[in-house]
Amino acid sequence: MNQLNNFSKGFFRENPILVLLLGTCPTLAVTSSAINGLGMGLATTFVLFMSNVFISLVKDFVPDKVRIPAFVVVIASFVTIVDLLMQAYTPALSKQLGIFIPLIVVNCIVLGRAEAFAAKNNVFSSFIDGLGMGLGFAMALVIIGGIREILGAGSIFGYKFIAEGADGILVFILAPGAFITLGFLIAILKKVNKSSK
Amino acid sequence: MAKKESNFKNMTIALFVITAVAGLAMATVYSVTKEPIAASQKAKINNAIKLVIPEFDSISDTVVMPEDGKDSIRIHHLLKGTENSGNAVETYTDKGFAGRFTLMVGFMPDGSISNIEVLEHKETPGLGTKIAAPRFKDQFKGLKIADIPGEKLKVKKDGGTVDAITAATISSRAFCDAVNRAYATDKKGGKQ
Repeated sequence: MNQLNNFSKGFFRENPILVLLLGTCPTLAVTSSAINGLGMGLATTFVLFMSNVFISLVKDFVPDKVRIPAFVVVIASFVTIVDLLMQAYTPALSKQLGIFIPLIVVNCIVLGRAEAFAAKNNVFSSFIDGLGMGLGFAMALVIIGGIREILGAGSIFGYKFIAEGADGILVFILAPGAFITLGFLIAILKKVNKSSK
Repeated sequence: MAKKESNFKNMTIALFVITAVAGLAMATVYSVTKEPIAASQKAKINNAIKLVIPEFDSISDTVVMPEDGKDSIRIHHLLKGTENSGNAVETYTDKGFAGRFTLMVGFMPDGSISNIEVLEHKETPGLGTKIAAPRFKDQFKGLKIADIPGEKLKVKKDGGTVDAITAATISSRAFCDAVNRAYATDKKGGKQ
């Protein structure tokens, strides 16, 4: 398979959030600001390509019937490692993202890519796939987080552009705003993908 | 290499090896990051103490059990030379909108609140997170809880004096609860 194609599919054609609709739970939960989306996206990217590489390395060694438990152990280990490293070296970001880092374990993108791609392809393709998917995920999170932060809090990456003490459109910071934003983005991307065919 | 057959022996070996390697990797990372994590947590606490009471040069801690609450509270007694420069109390509340949050409350030697820092919280972004904003927490500066009837802070909705955050009354109420707990505990065990 063409590696560039393999890499870029995560951004638009098979974007995990906007097209495959995987991992919507953390998407809705963490995207209350652009920086949260970025932190979560990058942490997930790391876990995704590490677990993809590792799983494609061991795929022949693991019998089919126990592959899911084996994959989950691999993924959970990488998440724990990321969590500990972030607590140690980026305490501020780790505090901000709080519970959502450990929750990468239950993000179905990671297991989904392990099942659908890494278990069937070689190490290099899996690495590229993990990186592309992860960055596509991060991109979608930053876009959703950015839109919600601009509309909901009147700021972007923490820089407020409306008057001090003024409020944005609160609903965008709250849970319904996540659904509304995600819905519109999916619709727009669908339209774009359709017309480019 | 051909795919291993799913028999009992292969499955056991595969799972055993994977969990053993994973365990080893996590143990290694844990032991490497243990010290930096402890250090960064300690730095965070020390930072918060400095923010609530700026002037001191030595700290001694006591741990006191509050009258109403499940966990003990750590009180940092601060001295400047030999003079008492106040207490910084690490307090908590379980009444937050998303569970527990913790505050560092500084009390001057005369019992007034010098400043409050939010240590950790999980409140709703955009609403409850405003407890950490100066606009809300600065109203506590200089307050003497001893002068308030009943010695308890309350939000205006409950007949008190604290201006609650719009659409985040529960968080504001919880904030008062944490400050009240800090005050009561400081009064009970804070004297040196």
